[in-house]
Amino acid sequence: THPPLFIFINNEWQDSVSGKVFPVYNPATGEQICEVQEADKADVDKAVQAARLAFSLGSVWRRMDASERGRLLSKLADLVERDSVYLATIESLDSGKPFLPTLFVDLQGTIKTLRYFAGYADKIHGTSIPMDGEYLTFTRYEPIGVCGQIIPWNFPLMMTAWKLGPALACGNTVVLKPAEQTPLTCLYIAALIKEAGFPPGVINILPGFGPTAGAAIASHMGIDKVAFTGSTEVGKLIQEAAGKSNLKRVTLELGGKNPNIIFADADLDLAVEQAHQGVFFNAGQCCTAGSRIYVEEPIYDEFVRRSVERAKRRIVGSPFDPTTEQGPQISCEQQNRVLEFIQSGISEGAKLECGGKALGLKGFFIEPTVFSNVRDDMRIAREEIFGPVQQIMKFKTIEEVIERANNSDYGLVAAVFTNDINKAMTISTAMQAGTVWINCFNALSTQCPFGGYKMSGNGRELGENGLKEYSEVKTITMKMVAKNS
Amino acid sequence: MSVTGGRIQQAGGASSASHTERKHASMNSQPRNGHEQHANGCNHQGPNQEHRSQRVDGSRTKALPTPIPDPPILYTKLFINNDWHESCSGRKIPVYNPTTGELLCEVEAADSEDVDEAVRSARAAFQTGSPWRSMDASDRGRLLNRLADLVERDQLLLATLEALDCGKVFLMAYFVDLMATIKTLRYYGGWADKIHGKTIPVDGEYFTYTRHEPIGVCGQIIPWNFPVMMFVWKIAPALCCGNTVVIKPAEQTPLSALYMAALIKEAGFPPGVVNVVPGYGETAGCAISHHMDIDKVAFTGSTDVGKLIQKAAGESNLKRVTLELGGKNPNIVFADCDLEYAVEQAHSGLFFNQGQCCLAGSRVFVEEPVYEEFVRRSVERAKSKVLGNPLLPGVDQGPQIDQKQFDKIMKLIESGKREGATLECGGSMWGQQGLFIQPTVFSNVTDDMLIAKEEIFGPVQQIMCFHSISEVIQRANATHYGLAAGVFTNDINKALTVSSALQAGVVWVNCYNAMSAQCPFGGFKMSGNGRELGKYALQEYTEVKAVTIKISQKNS
Repeated sequence: THPPLFIFINNEWQDSVSGKVFPVYNPATGEQICEVQEADKADVDKAVQAARLAFSLGSVWRRMDASERGRLLSKLADLVERDSVYLATIESLDSGKPFLPTLFVDLQGTIKTLRYFAGYADKIHGTSIPMDGEYLTFTRYEPIGVCGQIIPWNFPLMMTAWKLGPALACGNTVVLKPAEQTPLTCLYIAALIKEAGFPPGVINILPGFGPTAGAAIASHMGIDKVAFTGSTEVGKLIQEAAGKSNLKRVTLELGGKNPNIIFADADLDLAVEQAHQGVFFNAGQCCTAGSRIYVEEPIYDEFVRRSVERAKRRIVGSPFDPTTEQGPQISCEQQNRVLEFIQSGISEGAKLECGGKALGLKGFFIEPTVFSNVRDDMRIAREEIFGPVQQIMKFKTIEEVIERANNSDYGLVAAVFTNDINKAMTISTAMQAGTVWINCFNALSTQCPFGGYKMSGNGRELGENGLKEYSEVKTITMKMVAKNS
Repeated sequence: MSVTGGRIQQAGGASSASHTERKHASMNSQPRNGHEQHANGCNHQGPNQEHRSQRVDGSRTKALPTPIPDPPILYTKLFINNDWHESCSGRKIPVYNPTTGELLCEVEAADSEDVDEAVRSARAAFQTGSPWRSMDASDRGRLLNRLADLVERDQLLLATLEALDCGKVFLMAYFVDLMATIKTLRYYGGWADKIHGKTIPVDGEYFTYTRHEPIGVCGQIIPWNFPVMMFVWKIAPALCCGNTVVIKPAEQTPLSALYMAALIKEAGFPPGVVNVVPGYGETAGCAISHHMDIDKVAFTGSTDVGKLIQKAAGESNLKRVTLELGGKNPNIVFADCDLEYAVEQAHSGLFFNQGQCCLAGSRVFVEEPVYEEFVRRSVERAKSKVLGNPLLPGVDQGPQIDQKQFDKIMKLIESGKREGATLECGGSMWGQQGLFIQPTVFSNVTDDMLIAKEEIFGPVQQIMCFHSISEVIQRANATHYGLAAGVFTNDINKALTVSSALQAGVVWVNCYNAMSAQCPFGGFKMSGNGRELGKYALQEYTEVKAVTIKISQKNS
């Protein structure tokens, strides 16, 4: 059998201090792939020490030209590109994602994100400021310091890049914990990080569990910032831990119960397909999943009919079969959770149009499921299901749908399908969501900021906005003898 | 003056900061821990090494790159629409090696008809719906990055061509010009998908956003003093923003530009996006600046020609104009500064590239208490320069570019003697023949002398004396030029006062020629118009479009 994989600290592979290891499974079969050394508080301490040293004044990393940081990120992107087939394979194996979308979406997203932030490294500009009085003032955007980063299992590689890209472009050092379900590609990235030539201690990768390693990061006194992607419930714990410990900066990218609003004037084929992909992509395991579909009354029945037809055609199967559109859920636990939601939908009176059951395969598969006649007060309309379950509601007026769409604690994304420019502008302005898509869904790119209103999170990732979350602004004011404009 | 010997200085220096080999290429010298050099950025100054600590002994010389012997000259035709063309007229430009006077090759000479052809191809490449217009911005960035990789691959050959064609010291060409070229391409590669418009909270029931769109076909005319670096300073921001380009290298130095054309094709730029048309200013250059279908012209060269370009733009189609022109740059040395360091920086700030720099610090103002000592040391330093074939190791000054420039410099040296400046050293040609000029230092220069007013563009240093800060500010600014300036002092108030007061697009404090792709560069007054490099260059290659949409109801 494969020996356990190691923890990556200070550019070295290390055993866990406790000596503990944990198993990693293939969700398509339920079989164990390998074991991984399990990081806990003592390992986090070691990693923070390494990251702190790498961040100390005068270190190689701190003295490096910003453009050189960019070159390192660019090299990392080249290495990920070189090994993209291997990485996509491991990602599929470990998370149950279908291989081809993994190669085309996750790997491309990873490579492009690294390249994008590589380009930003030497373009993070402070300003000089015409301040009152006999002074000269300028600002420097300095890295925050040691950043703890905790990422989820739904897009293991891409989340790694989303976190590392801006943190490293800005010159921080990192202690990153991948999800316990999916540490494999992240550990492989660690090897590429070393190969690219990042100095020791700049990036440390610690596979482990939330209540142990994750909690140690969130409450660590030597960590200056924590970034978390995951559930709203855990996000609250993270912010609380930051408040209790050292007031570390917190960015959170949490859950969503995202409205997708379809007007009767929309291109119906496009809207049905986009709404379908918008909820079923990645077996529904997306914080951006468009899980509340509001359809205008005149086309409601037709929309439901076509959506059901489309869901029934969705091919569920082995992630390595090229025709597969949907793989398994990540774990037995998640599978059960989703099935329980489906039961609640049925018992609360929604109409189950198709699906609704586990698939009789090895592994954690669920049939593509569509509910119609869903009311806003049902659990399936309020809570994040994180599975292949589509809720379709009916609306009559624009005011009504705005009110209903915003009536949620979440505010991550929203979408509207219409050919009427006024409806598009009105809805996109009114939505309480960090991202609004017009006649498209899941149109994410590394250039655009992403993050949530309300309880969907705090701060923004990607784009220029992502840099702000990884910089401290320092104002330097110098007394001058005589000012001139 | 020593003319032989193995004094080899490694450009950029192996400071303790050099944790990668790439660092050795960095030319920027920043005083740290005494005179230790911290390499930094894509700089074209290079000469500012701390010489004593940077000498490389024999055992290390093996690590230095060496020129390619008898490099092949593969490309001598016009590059239009990703193909090689003969000129319509059949005329050719003889290209010489200024070190030997030998003919290197003949290159097709573009004239008006060829420019027309190039513009047609650039216009077609710019049509809406074209591969170039419909390409993702990040892919434009990838192409620029790929071009950088190819330049890096062929760095030795390009540096050799550059040294052959314009008489640059090979190691400088390799470590300064080529590194800056690569870094500039990468820098703008990174900008391509980060050129943001804005959304604007406009009054009324409207929604407004801006798009930063490429201007269109850009004519670019570049000089002979940094042929490949200027080529990239021009094309990189233009392509990053999505423009197409018709670029004319100087008639003296077309070889590296034509080689770059081949790399552009290899990198995968669509046909017509970059067109390279070697030719003369009065013919091809004139055709570009007057062309009715060129949307923007960017020129680097003399102020005289810059005026013609702007005039031509006004006479023709009001094309946008950016100009990077001459300088007569003040370098102000206060008595409280680190003198040895200031002498070295002032020396290399003037003598770098045989003095053929628009940035040359050709008016060195030295505070009275240290004036005599500064002159003495500057003369000693100038005398230590090693002239010779720039391809040979140990040589740190090559020939001037051509006879015309040589004659102009000699004439200005004569005027300096005639007007009463003290010729401290040099002042004549070097060797039996050719275009070499001895490193020349004048002291007791007064501001009204020709050598204190005109751009010499040669290895001739003028050292003036000053008494007060207000006096030196007034004198430093008393020029039509306003490109760059330097100030050497350890007094923070003097540094801030002088840097605020100088009329110059670039002010260096305790350094000189510290250029990098990240920093804007350009002139006040008659040193130019607009800025190159940095984020600022992007606005010179974009049109802003404000799109306003009527909406039914506004909400914040």
